[in-house]
Parts: sequence; C-alpha cells; structure tokens
Amino acid sequence: MKAGVVVFPGSNCDHDVYHVLKHVLGQETSFLWHQDDDLQGSDLVVLPGGFAYGDYLRAGALAALSPVMGAVRRHAEAGGLVLGICNGFQVLLEAGLLPGAMRRNQNLRFLCRDVYLKTERNDLPFTWKLPAGKVMRIPIAHGEGNYEDSPERLDALEANGQVVFRYVTPEGARADDDPQWNPNGAARGIAGICNPGGNVLGMMPHPERCSEPILGNTDGLALLASAVEAGSRVLLETAR
Amino acid sequence: MTVYPRREILDPQGKAIRDALSRVGFSGVDDVRAGKSFEISLGSDDPETARRQLRDMCEKLLANTVVEDYAVELLDGDAGVRP
Repeated sequence: MKAGVVVFPGSNCDHDVYHVLKHVLGQETSFLWHQDDDLQGSDLVVLPGGFAYGDYLRAGALAALSPVMGAVRRHAEAGGLVLGICNGFQVLLEAGLLPGAMRRNQNLRFLCRDVYLKTERNDLPFTWKLPAGKVMRIPIAHGEGNYEDSPERLDALEANGQVVFRYVTPEGARADDDPQWNPNGAARGIAGICNPGGNVLGMMPHPERCSEPILGNTDGLALLASAVEAGSRVLLETAR
Repeated sequence: MTVYPRREILDPQGKAIRDALSRVGFSGVDDVRAGKSFEISLGSDDPETARRQLRDMCEKLLANTVVEDYAVELLDGDAGVRP
C-alpha cells in the first residue's frame, strides 16, 4: 500500500498528514507535486489542508485545474481511494469529484476549534474502523466550510447515503441550526461527503491533527487507519 | 463580468454588509449581494463570439454555478478599463 500526499503551492497540512501516514501508521508515503500528472503508484491519495494557490478566485478553484488533478480524477474513476481534508475537500468540490460548494462561514470568521462529528456511514473504506455510534471530537480550521447545494441535490445526497459526517452535539444529536455545534452553518450540518462509489471522501475537519496521544486526542487515527488498511485490502484482492 | 451569490442562497458577507450599512445610517436596504467583477480584454471584434467566450469562462472557471450567478457586459474599446 502506497500513500501519496499532494502538495499544491499553499498547502500547509501536507507534512502533518504525511507524518501520520508514514510515522504513526508506518505506511510508504510520498509527496506528489501539483505539476506532475502522476501519482507515483499511490493507492491512497490525500489532498491536504491549506490555501492552495492562495485561495485565489475561490478556495480550490485553481488547484482543481492543476495537472495532478487529471491523475487524481483517473484514480478516482478507477475506484482508487481519494481523501480530501479541509482545503482538499474544497478542491474536490471545485474539481467536480464531489457535489456542492462551500460558502464563507456563516459568522464570517475563520474558525479554529474542536467540533463533534457523527459518522453516518461506517461501511466505507475511510470509516470502517471507526467505533460505531461513537461521536468523534476533531479540530476544524477554515474560513469557508459552509457546505451548500440546492435542496433537491441535498435530498439526493442523503438518499444516496453520501453524507458521511455531520456536525452534532457532544452527545451525537443533530443541531444543524445551532452555531455552537454546527459552527460554519453548513447545510444539514454536513461536515463530510463521499461520491456514490464511496472511494472519494471530502471532509472539513482534520483527522491528522488528532491522531497521536501527544496531541491530546487520537479520535482521527481510526479514520486514517481505515483508509490505509482498506488500500492494502484492495491490493490483496487485486493480487488474488 | 460580475459574479455574485445566487439569490436563493444566503450570502453571509452580503448580510454583514447590509447590517453595517444600516449602522452607518442607510436604512431600508433590503438585501446586499457581495460578489466579484472581472475586466477582461478580448481581441475579438464579433460581439456574439465575445459574449459566448465570456459566458464560457464564467461557466468553466470564474463562477461556481452551484452557488453563484454571473452577468456579462460588453464594452467597446477600452471603455471598461480603469486607469
């Protein structure tokens, strides 16, 4: 299993997720430069957080057109695993690999704090190791995480089971209209979504920032471990 | 071109600006949409081609049509270019 972390000009969580994949989870991991139309054989591709291309035009809009995204698109279409975190999620939306768009946070502030997430899908390559029913505490750090789409398309997203994570209370209750628990105002409290195939996941919160005991929180590790082990399983099945 | 948040979508920035306008004494402002404008110079002389090209630019890159609308206005020569 090989993991690749895409580096755009302005990515700033690339080393964090590289560190967790390589040193905490012991995976072969490389950096993938945005100008290269090549994933170096990566089975799991991570689009990290940051401000790719300085968020010029719209967050993720210019990154979505960079050469590496052609390779990411082909990887996703072939069923390969793609995880977009924060700015990486915004890039996936702008690239059309996931539906919807981001607006400025409802209170217009950059929000850097912990939130609570409910996992709606425990059967995905990214979530199968998350303890069922457990509410995850996980940090967010973004100015534009206010997920939006038309009501019809949101209904379709829910009906297809593409809503993976929702901002909830610490007890796991929906609180879509309460800025204390859904701080950016995202439609229906949506914090993370997947494509219909379940192999592309985008999420605003940062699992790589809560994956080691020294950071005081390890809730995110099971998510990255899920992806790594799912990537290995796909390899085993292909080998058979 | 101007690109601005779709009417049916809450524009948090526009709402904050509306509230600020009322604080500085402009009452009766019902709604504010805060967007962007682009001044693009084209070599083309054919307005239809130019218009089509500009709309294409909006659809493909300049606007995110999930949450944004856009409008295209053609200006002759350098009428639209500010010093």
